[in-house]
Amino acid sequence: MSLLTVRDLRVEFKTPDGVVKAVAGVSYDLNPGETLALVGESGSGKSVSNLAYMGLLPASRTTITGSVILETTSGPVELIGMSNEELRKIRGKDIAMIFQDPMSALHPYYTIGDQLIEAHQVHNEVDKKVSRERAIELLSLVGVANPEERLAAYPHQFSGGMRQRVMIAMALMNNPKVLIADEPTTALDVTVQAQILKLLSDLQKQFNMAVILITHDLGVVAGAADRVNVMYGGRLVESTDVNELYENPLMPYTVGLLDSIPRMDKGHGKRLRAIPGQPPSLIKLGDGCAFAARCGRKSELPEGKCDTSPELKEVTAGHLVRCHLYDSKGAAK
Amino acid sequence: MNGLATYISRRLGLTLVILLAVSFAVYVIFSLLPYDPAALTCGKNCNDPGIIEANRIRLGYDKPFWEQYWLFLSGLFVGRSFGTGAAAIFCPAPSFGYSFQQHACVTSLLGDALPVTVYLAVGALILWLIVGVGLGIVSAKFRGKLWDTLSTGFVLVGTSLPTFLTGLMLIIFLVIKWDGSPFPSDGYTAPDEDFGQFLLSMVLPWITLAFAFAAIYTRFVRSQILEISTEDYIRTAKAKGLSDGKILGKHTLRAALAPIVTMAGLDFAGLLGGAILTEAVFNLPGMGRLSLKAVVDIDLPVIVATTILAAAIVVVMNMILDIAYAFIDPRVRV
Repeated sequence: MSLLTVRDLRVEFKTPDGVVKAVAGVSYDLNPGETLALVGESGSGKSVSNLAYMGLLPASRTTITGSVILETTSGPVELIGMSNEELRKIRGKDIAMIFQDPMSALHPYYTIGDQLIEAHQVHNEVDKKVSRERAIELLSLVGVANPEERLAAYPHQFSGGMRQRVMIAMALMNNPKVLIADEPTTALDVTVQAQILKLLSDLQKQFNMAVILITHDLGVVAGAADRVNVMYGGRLVESTDVNELYENPLMPYTVGLLDSIPRMDKGHGKRLRAIPGQPPSLIKLGDGCAFAARCGRKSELPEGKCDTSPELKEVTAGHLVRCHLYDSKGAAK
Repeated sequence: MNGLATYISRRLGLTLVILLAVSFAVYVIFSLLPYDPAALTCGKNCNDPGIIEANRIRLGYDKPFWEQYWLFLSGLFVGRSFGTGAAAIFCPAPSFGYSFQQHACVTSLLGDALPVTVYLAVGALILWLIVGVGLGIVSAKFRGKLWDTLSTGFVLVGTSLPTFLTGLMLIIFLVIKWDGSPFPSDGYTAPDEDFGQFLLSMVLPWITLAFAFAAIYTRFVRSQILEISTEDYIRTAKAKGLSDGKILGKHTLRAALAPIVTMAGLDFAGLLGGAILTEAVFNLPGMGRLSLKAVVDIDLPVIVATTILAAAIVVVMNMILDIAYAFIDPRVRV
């Protein structure tokens, strides 16, 4: 049973230059307890697709269509089109989020105790002391020493890694079923990154949560994810389990991403290859394949083929790809 | 909180140094003016060198500059006598000197004028903070809607209408043209004399002064709220599931507090030096009118005193704001 069922999610922004199709029809399932990575470069729609159904985008300029169904204790609920007040009760309770920059994601003027307790109080009608106990418990779970004293500290008195631990503690205050981690390690030192990812994966088991890990870093994905959705131009272009992705990437974009990261096992002294060109403008995006302009294997296809949009197809069991090169199952190699 | 105590005492010391420098600078500027202060003491048509020279000695203008400045400074702390014998005039500490034109110690002139300006500034401050912050919040919350448009109109009118025009229009329509108007037309009544009458005499000046400031604050608060709303920690608050009211009331306004307090403090300090236009229009005997009269009459001791006092108020307010910051922003404390 899928915990979060996303179907044909579309997000459009009205801007003075035209309509930006930030997310153009994304569908996937999130199963309980799994880690799903959303990978892509800036502007691929990986963050926006999640902020959208959480109601965290400015409502006046945003159009959201499609369906996102969350399985709750009282049955499935549709998040798209839900009133702000109903959605508010799900935010931070069933679905919690942590963000990229822990330096700015905590309010500088309130103690972390205040901010943690507030996160619990808003969804639970309990005495403040109960919330305080919960805050101490979670701070110690995420590895903050002397949690009881640290409640009185302000965010600026913590290091970046410690602040991200506090953010994680805050997200877990209400035992969420889904944790959306939006680039949780991007702003941190590499050594701290590893600690935070380890912490997330430990807590995930302990809390039995599903995690949506949004990142552009395939190195992070390799260690942390079960399944990977690669996004490009507001669409899923490849979706498979993590081992299959690294061993047998299909979409030229995914191949390019993998070629652009340094690897210990792929020979030393080789130059890293970058993907040529720029991400596409989401305003002018036409009907054709969004990646065509940057695709190195375009010549393998008949003239004009790339002017039509490829469909997301299952090429081998559990491995989906949106690419004309794989129009007939397993054809190209 | 040992750090805070050190911070405050260091800030206090610095303020004293600045005040000394300010008093010196003002004193220098006014000694350089091309007027003979002794000649000014005996009126416009007075050419009697005997009186002028007698006053020069009596007021200490015969002494070298450094001694004059020293006498001025020490007068602030121990008071000062002008002249000798039976004709001597003593101005007790803090003495800012003696105004021959007004035949009074400058300090007692300030003592009469300052409360009027304080009442005017405090009332206006309260009024403009309520209106400005209130409208700013409404405007930001209904951004682009009718309320926002209306408040933008208010901002435009408030910032473009000059104070003297607002004041005169209020006087014409609410005092002169309105038979049985409760507002007095004959200026100021002291609060200890008749408190009800005092309030009535202050309402129109308060509105006049607050009007322009309220417009500026509406615009400022609106832009602060909109800017803070895009901060990451506001997104965090939303992601926690807090209600819009709680996010605005607790998270957004808390972050807007520091800039609003700073701006209000400095504007308030500026007004304590005298709201010249408002005081002139409503005939209020405050600091503004005292300064204006002193400038017109070239009453040097009063000009020096009001200038130093106005500067001192701004310097002290800056210090208060810096210390207040340590309480508002935990990052400043350390």
